[in-house]
Amino acid sequence: MSDSLSKLEKRTAYTLVLPAVLLVFAIVLFPIFANVWISFKDIELKDIRIPEPRAKKIVKSISENQSELKIIYKLRNSSLIQEIRNVQFQDKFPTNISPVNLDSRCNFQSKKVVCDFGNWQAKYRENFEITIQNNNGEIINKKIIKSQKPILSGKANNPLLTTNFTLENFKKVFYENNFVELLLTTFYFTFFGTVGAIIFGILAAQLVNQNIQGRTYMRGILLFPYVGPVVALAYTWTLLLDPNSGTLNALLVNFNIIEQPINLLGQKYITMSILGFEFKLRLALTTVIFFEIWRYFPLAFLFILARLQAIPQSLYEAAEVDGASPIQKFIHITLPQITAIISILFMIRFIWNFNKFEDIFLLTGGASGTRTLPINVYQQGFAVSDIGMGSAVSIVIVMLLLSFMVIYFRLIGKRANEV
Amino acid sequence: MKYKSLAIFLIISSFFLTCILSIWKIMSTLQGLNFTNLNITPVFLIGILLSLAFVLIGNKMNHLIKIFSLSLIFSILYFYLNETSPYWYIFGVFLITLFFTNKLKKYSLQSLKEDFISEKIIFDFITLFGIVFFAFVILFPFYIMLVTSFKTQIALLVNPLDFSLDFTKSLTELFKSYFVIFETYNFGRYILISSAVSIGTVIVTLLFAIPAAYAVARLNFFGKNFLSNSILIIYMFPAIVLVIPLYTVFSQLGLRNSIFGLLIVYTATTLPVAIYMLQGYFKSIPKEIEDAGIMDGQNWFGIILKIIIPLSLPAIASVALYVFMIAWNEFLFSLMFLDSPKSFTLSRAIQYLSGDAETPRQYLMAGSVIVTVPVLLIFIYFEKYLVSGLTSGSVKG
Repeated sequence: MSDSLSKLEKRTAYTLVLPAVLLVFAIVLFPIFANVWISFKDIELKDIRIPEPRAKKIVKSISENQSELKIIYKLRNSSLIQEIRNVQFQDKFPTNISPVNLDSRCNFQSKKVVCDFGNWQAKYRENFEITIQNNNGEIINKKIIKSQKPILSGKANNPLLTTNFTLENFKKVFYENNFVELLLTTFYFTFFGTVGAIIFGILAAQLVNQNIQGRTYMRGILLFPYVGPVVALAYTWTLLLDPNSGTLNALLVNFNIIEQPINLLGQKYITMSILGFEFKLRLALTTVIFFEIWRYFPLAFLFILARLQAIPQSLYEAAEVDGASPIQKFIHITLPQITAIISILFMIRFIWNFNKFEDIFLLTGGASGTRTLPINVYQQGFAVSDIGMGSAVSIVIVMLLLSFMVIYFRLIGKRANEV
Repeated sequence: MKYKSLAIFLIISSFFLTCILSIWKIMSTLQGLNFTNLNITPVFLIGILLSLAFVLIGNKMNHLIKIFSLSLIFSILYFYLNETSPYWYIFGVFLITLFFTNKLKKYSLQSLKEDFISEKIIFDFITLFGIVFFAFVILFPFYIMLVTSFKTQIALLVNPLDFSLDFTKSLTELFKSYFVIFETYNFGRYILISSAVSIGTVIVTLLFAIPAAYAVARLNFFGKNFLSNSILIIYMFPAIVLVIPLYTVFSQLGLRNSIFGLLIVYTATTLPVAIYMLQGYFKSIPKEIEDAGIMDGQNWFGIILKIIIPLSLPAIASVALYVFMIAWNEFLFSLMFLDSPKSFTLSRAIQYLSGDAETPRQYLMAGSVIVTVPVLLIFIYFEKYLVSGLTSGSVKG
């Protein structure tokens, strides 16, 4: 009895879970594996269309009596690179109509013209003609003839499914792609974006956690950059930072803080001198990092605030009695309570920042030294149209990501025991 | 000791006042006032005088009378120090000073003798300053977005700092950018597409996620632990690594440029988080209620429909809002999959608009306002649900 019940339970469970699992598998997991396949192929954007035979039908009158018509089929192979094998053609005609002098490749039977065109090379083109006549000598209605569309079929290789593989893509990724700089830029962006977001998150959480009026409003406002659509926010920033008529530069020039407008998003380096030391700062990258911090510190803020509000007030009261200063309270009570959440946040945000595409793409498009790995996937795959290479970069991302996750779960596992 | 804490108090408080007044000045500059100097040093000095006067007077005067008279004197001094400025500007200065002196209320010559008073002063003013700073930094871009959409290209080129709105113009003049993007750039259609995709995604995601989450939360089956662990790992995988294979397959299947294709992708990418959030909530529903349902002879469909869903409406609502916001804000897939203006979503349409360097920026900003406002309204209205959902630790960005 209980056995059949647990069987029923299992079957129910699978029916409930299966649709979701299948969908996620098809859209999320399958592509990750497909990337491996594509990354070993020499394939470009224009190759991914499966070639198909096409025909355009043109109907022409040839004699006065209109009981005869000429039909021209403009035949072509849609692909410029691949052949189509065994092309079959078929067109239907009304009753009483039959073709005259039919091409040797074709047959006429039961009101249909059926042709076997054999193989078509890439770029193949032909004007194929049929003359038809009405057997009773009546006028043929052109419109009826024209409305009937010919059916074509043929076999072609799907370039994605062929089995010639190459290591060329990975060679290019590592040797011809400025790989070291790409990786350094990605890490620079990821690391400072993450650390900055967490620092601002702690500050904001500490502020909102004080007893101030309107703190719920403040919490809502602080989350605006996080919930707003990235397109709108990125373009607002671009406008704000524009060197020619952007508000920020105009303000700084107006108050004589700077002499010349600075192209914050379009300049790769800026030379700064602090205390006599001159050094070069990656300007555009730094600006993008600030946007990143602005947009994602709210998440860190929210998590840290939730943790802060859970700290028992008695701890602070006890410290007050002991005569601790505000700084001591922060260092000895608050900080130990939030280290766990900070380390989790650091790792989650690190992984997500590592994969960030939209923000950089919309602000700079990857120009002026802001090319990170995800941007490179897009550039290779769609700007250079080298799908195989784009996939190879994706594989590099997945590999790095998997190694982060291993580290992450190791550390989190330890953390979970401590907390 | 007393003089040291007094000095710190004077410097910090005056610094804070200078900062707010500078922000006020910057905002006024954006209203077309012609300031070219922030005048930080003189403002800082009279700020110190103000704070000093405040603690020296102490309790000898009624608090209200004290702050009013001090603010008035400060504003007059400020007026003489500054370039010509209209009265509304000085009135703003007066209100800020009033707010500031009111905040000074708890300080007196007596209180400056307390333990750790310097640290406390610094903490107090950093808190105040931080709140003003964060509010300014966050709201400023939104403000620029909004006011730019009401300006004209010429006005912005003549004076990029003048964001004042001319309310004497007719409403059609003022909202011209909005009319243009609806009439010339077809934004009505994009709003419809974006809403259809987002709402569709919400419905389909819930249809798939509720049964799956129920099974993960309640039923025993082989592979359950594996499934619930892999949900989060899958969620960590970024969209950018899915893009190329999905693009190729969708091209071959003819799913590009179709709302249906977008809907499938959005559903699949939001499913893990939806299942994760829902199963957490389902687990908190007492099992006895379901047992009663089983006694009544309900099958799983009846249990989900009649017991689980009514009991977890708040959680379902918050998941629905999330999925809606994720789908509405989504950009990467719509960039990759849509290239015909007939099937653009709002985000993609704005990006397309910006691709043309000739597009006046007020149109771009009007589009941005249109795509931002619904999300912010939803967020403000349902903030409580959304915040509790966010902290359940699962929303990507």
